[in-house]
Amino acid sequence: MLSAHRTLRGAAALAAVLALGFAAAKAAPPAAQVTIDNFSFSPMTVTIPVGGEVTWTNGDDIPHTVRAVDGSFRSKALDSGDAYTATFAKPGVYAYFCSIHPKMVGKVIVKAQ
Amino acid sequence: MSDHDHTGQNRRGLLKCMAWAGTGLAWTVAGGVPAAFGLEAAAASRAIRPFSFVQVSDSHVGFAKPANPDAAATFKEAVAKIAALPEKPAFIIHTGDVSQLSKDTEFDTADQIIKEAGLPVFHIPGEHDMLDEGNGKAFLDRYGKGSKGAGWFSFDHGGVHFVALVNVANLKAGGLGSLGPDQLAWLKADLAARSSSTPLVIFAHIPLWTLYEPWGWGTDDAAQALSFTRRFGSVTVLNGHIHQIQQKVEGHVSFHTARSTAFPQPAPGTAPTPGPMTVPAGQLRSVLGVREVKLVTRIGPLAVIDEPLAS
Repeated sequence: MLSAHRTLRGAAALAAVLALGFAAAKAAPPAAQVTIDNFSFSPMTVTIPVGGEVTWTNGDDIPHTVRAVDGSFRSKALDSGDAYTATFAKPGVYAYFCSIHPKMVGKVIVKAQ
Repeated sequence: MSDHDHTGQNRRGLLKCMAWAGTGLAWTVAGGVPAAFGLEAAAASRAIRPFSFVQVSDSHVGFAKPANPDAAATFKEAVAKIAALPEKPAFIIHTGDVSQLSKDTEFDTADQIIKEAGLPVFHIPGEHDMLDEGNGKAFLDRYGKGSKGAGWFSFDHGGVHFVALVNVANLKAGGLGSLGPDQLAWLKADLAARSSSTPLVIFAHIPLWTLYEPWGWGTDDAAQALSFTRRFGSVTVLNGHIHQIQQKVEGHVSFHTARSTAFPQPAPGTAPTPGPMTVPAGQLRSVLGVREVKLVTRIGPLAVIDEPLAS
């Protein structure tokens, strides 16, 4: 654990480097993957911590979209192979669907830290 | 699938119209639906003059996958077939999914192709035509002149009243197609002005009856729309979206979905998903097609003739 009392330059530099190291490790947000295939979102429900992101990848041979019911996120039309990532800054339950095939539904649960 | 109530009307006269096609007009609908489906028109209304029009649907220009590596090419063949009809149709209606991804290049190509028929064209959007940044604005800018809301309108031709509806805007999660209160209010007022003996032709992309709910093949508020047609003697509903011919008769209303010019889809519930269905090479054109609708005043009914690109 870094000591807050060190004032020597070398130690400060080391502390800075270590601090950067910790920051870099924290910067990569938790990520969940959703596959779009056979007219469905898989898994249909994902749970991530606040600040996390979800990436949807369309593996179907037909375009799909990802659209939040509350309008808080939406992708453009995703053709086969296209992907879309949304980041979730607030906790909550986000229902979404495909605006082209509205029977396709899914949910992102965002948990507070 | 489709149920069917022949009112005892003689359709022999209509079969004469099919002779021009040269082939046996292979309709692949199971369940005994005949090739020429006559529809009741108003009883001897002088205002109704004979004419025909064509319905094309689901061209999906831009689609290039195993089910059809070149949707533009098969659309071109379909339009060539229309251009070659011995009796010139009055116009073409495109019941939506003109494009695959609402790209300008796709709409441009579709327009260039359909221009080859040399006929006026009326377009309504499918859900694939609503994918631009403006959620359908690109379609409206191109085809929506004179229309209201998301692109609905009506017009008259030869004594028949045509109504174009849009049921692919503002779709709700878990829902089916949707017309919405504004369009329904407009429709009610539009029809109120017509006499009950005026034949109605109503077209919309997603079917206006529920063929298969799990696949979204239906329209949430269609019943309300159809209630406005109750007093009319002849109502024909033409839809697309499902890339196959399905038909239903309910009293004086007959419903017909159309083939796509791009690729077929499975019959309701016969596959895990409604996605594009790949058929053996060489058979593709037999499951794609265009539809000619003829009004024959002598007997009254409209002859609906579906023609595949190849038999």
